[in-house]
Amino acid sequence: MKDRVQLLHTAKQLNYKTFSRKNILEKLQTAIAFCLLIISIIPITFILVYVLIKGGTQLSIDIITQLPEPPGDDLLSAGGIGNSIIGTIIVTTIASVISVPIGIGGGIYLAEYSSGGLFSRFIRFGTNVLAGVPSIIAGVFIYGIIVSTKLIYGSNYSALAGSLALSILMLPTIIKTTDEGLKLVSDDLRRGALGIGASKFITITRITLPAAFSTIATGILLSVARAAGETAPLIFTALFSFYWPQGNEILLEPIASLSVLIYNFALEPYEAQNELAWAASFILVMMLLALNIIARRIGKLTMDNKSN
Amino acid sequence: MASMVAIVLIGILAFIFYGSLESMARFGFKYLITSGWNPVSDEYGAFTAIYGTIITSLAALTISLPIGIATAIFITEDILPRKVNEFIGLMVELLAAIPSVVLGLWAIFVMEPFLRPFLILLNQTFSWLPFFGTEPRGPGMAPAIIILSIMILPIITSISRDSLNQVPKKLREASYGIGATRWTTIFHIILPAAISGITGGALLALGRAMGETMAVTMVIGNSFNFSWSLLAPGNTISAMLANQFGEADGSQISSLMYAALILMILTLSVNIFANWLVKRISLKY
Amino acid sequence: MIKENPLPKKIKRQNSSLILENVSISYQQNLAVRNVFLKIPKKRVTALIGPSGCGKSTVLRSINRMNDLIVGCSLKGRVLFEGTDIYSPKIDPVEVRRRIGMVFQQPNPFPKSIYENIAFGAKINGFNGDMDFLVEESLRKAAVWEECKDKLNESGYSLSGGQQQRLCIARTIAVKPDVILMDEPCSALDPISTLKIEETIHELKKNFTIIIVTHNMQQALRVSDYTAFFNAEKDEDNMGGKVGYLVEFNLTKEIFNSPVQALTKDYVTGKFG
Repeated sequence: MKDRVQLLHTAKQLNYKTFSRKNILEKLQTAIAFCLLIISIIPITFILVYVLIKGGTQLSIDIITQLPEPPGDDLLSAGGIGNSIIGTIIVTTIASVISVPIGIGGGIYLAEYSSGGLFSRFIRFGTNVLAGVPSIIAGVFIYGIIVSTKLIYGSNYSALAGSLALSILMLPTIIKTTDEGLKLVSDDLRRGALGIGASKFITITRITLPAAFSTIATGILLSVARAAGETAPLIFTALFSFYWPQGNEILLEPIASLSVLIYNFALEPYEAQNELAWAASFILVMMLLALNIIARRIGKLTMDNKSN
Repeated sequence: MASMVAIVLIGILAFIFYGSLESMARFGFKYLITSGWNPVSDEYGAFTAIYGTIITSLAALTISLPIGIATAIFITEDILPRKVNEFIGLMVELLAAIPSVVLGLWAIFVMEPFLRPFLILLNQTFSWLPFFGTEPRGPGMAPAIIILSIMILPIITSISRDSLNQVPKKLREASYGIGATRWTTIFHIILPAAISGITGGALLALGRAMGETMAVTMVIGNSFNFSWSLLAPGNTISAMLANQFGEADGSQISSLMYAALILMILTLSVNIFANWLVKRISLKY
Repeated sequence: MIKENPLPKKIKRQNSSLILENVSISYQQNLAVRNVFLKIPKKRVTALIGPSGCGKSTVLRSINRMNDLIVGCSLKGRVLFEGTDIYSPKIDPVEVRRRIGMVFQQPNPFPKSIYENIAFGAKINGFNGDMDFLVEESLRKAAVWEECKDKLNESGYSLSGGQQQRLCIARTIAVKPDVILMDEPCSALDPISTLKIEETIHELKKNFTIIIVTHNMQQALRVSDYTAFFNAEKDEDNMGGKVGYLVEFNLTKEIFNSPVQALTKDYVTGKFG
């Protein structure tokens, strides 16, 4: 009998008490955190829905292939975003052509050649700092040294100036991922190559770089995606254009881009222009998402390879 | 090639410093504490923009810090099924991939009209507070704060998630092993162990918010008139640069450079401190 | 293969603190341990021994529902603590862990002061007596008071590995559990620290039921009153996977001197494992 009482006593103590202060508090905290979690995914959900609906529904061949019309000319139509799509591709490509070799070179130096001394520590620190520089500052800098001084063949606003501003923003990401990607390559691989008499240069170009390829490629693609969406560095370097990029001096002329078109047209009082800004947002977001997905795929590829 | 980083960085600093010398000599310290931007009489003061930069970024951080940390806790503590966690993580990363100008567009046409009734209510209830002392009429600091807090959410969430994941499993076990509940473990053991990383992430987010340009300039109203009120139109340094730089000349350029220098100093110091803190987490365990 | 029921008859139901009835534990779809029957006697030291992968740690962690923290881990059968099935849906696992404490393989003090390490568990369990006294008492019982008394406000990490482990024992004692589970508590320690922990265990069994997992047979022989020997075998249902099971459970001296099972004899004489 005494045993039974003892047993019941234990059972009661161990039972889950829904209304104990502790358990109510636990539930409450979980509930609050859950609400905050929901709040955190509300904005992105609505942003995606609006971009898809307001931008996606207007999509047509005309919008993708035509030129934009200056605000106010035609109240019903704002034309298309053809030159902006091409402009974004051109500016981002040039920016990559400038920053990728320098970035990879810098990353190789940090990972393979530097001895961890003061200079390389300073460069790593500088890379982090440069990554935190506001993008508008890159625009101001390029405006000051290239646009206002007409440094390059006397042209002021130009595609090239815009690309240079973007390349400043891409550089730190590329250096960092190259550096980190190379550091992940095992030293055995390096020693193996050096051991059979390969020079340091051959080892890096034939062995280490290919081994780190997917990390570096992921980093580059992510930085391209970031650059393609940037606006602030372009508004007073590449400016905007209502025409197709053409002729021999494409790079020395102002050039349109999706992001600057969105900025300019969002602030116009005309509805047609606003609508076009939504269409451009849809295209831009789709381009960036595609880049992000490809980058992640490549990144994942390495993980799988390494685990096998 | 690595030295390109140093060249660019030093070049930017030198260029901005050199550019702002004229304005510094003319206005000196007064530039920081007066407001008003008058190209006709050539009188410039950046107080409105400095106040706007600091207040919008701090307010945005205050809003998104609890949301970001709670999200990170939720997805690191296995409260929900793993598939759901992965989905939420994906959504957060998606948000980071949306360009600032698209967020600005959304903020102008969707968020601000939606928000306005709430801001009006805020004004009516708390009009005696200087922060809510003016009637909201569209663009203003409050919408800028909200869009900024959305923009920095992915940084806070992902860095908090990384720091929480780095807390050794054995600490978690130790706490559960002596009969601590989930939230006691989170607040007393896990969060304190991850705090330096989370703080670093918060500072990086603050730096990002200070330098953020497009979305802010699209909704903040770009006014040079100073007001304490968050419901009134305002300005930030980066918004001011985006708006004025293209058309500026003469001493106005120098004054803008002066503002850019202040922005650089603000973001650099925040970033350097943040990087130092983030680096410390990896050393601790 | 098993000749007879491996449960020792001598342990009466009311003298047992814990009873495992046909316990099987799986991770996701993989069975880790199958069909364990055990009666753990009160205020005695019971050792779980066996080769690695035999599931002894898994069984130990199921006793205070520590396995709940591992996603996809599930248990079949019943674990009775003082007659209550702790896996019944009515049970609060947090309360279970308050009554059944655990000391882990790696010393894992909290990144707090030594004093706080002890006080934290007591505080969250609603202790409102003399905290200074509790801290001293717990540290004394864990035989680490002398080393700690002058630096109670220093970090728990300022202690040596063995001292850290005894701090963790003190932390567990401070919560005043009925049972203390120890998961290879000495595997990360040097021989002198190990000896000290073993002395501590001898003291503790006056007040606590202790279950200790160890890979060290000498240790089992030195500290335990009862020993359960687990083994792992290939699982036919799960290609190549290993599943653990209980081979024999008896008084420690019986297990080491006159085991019933041939397998136990092979293991304790060092023929495999």
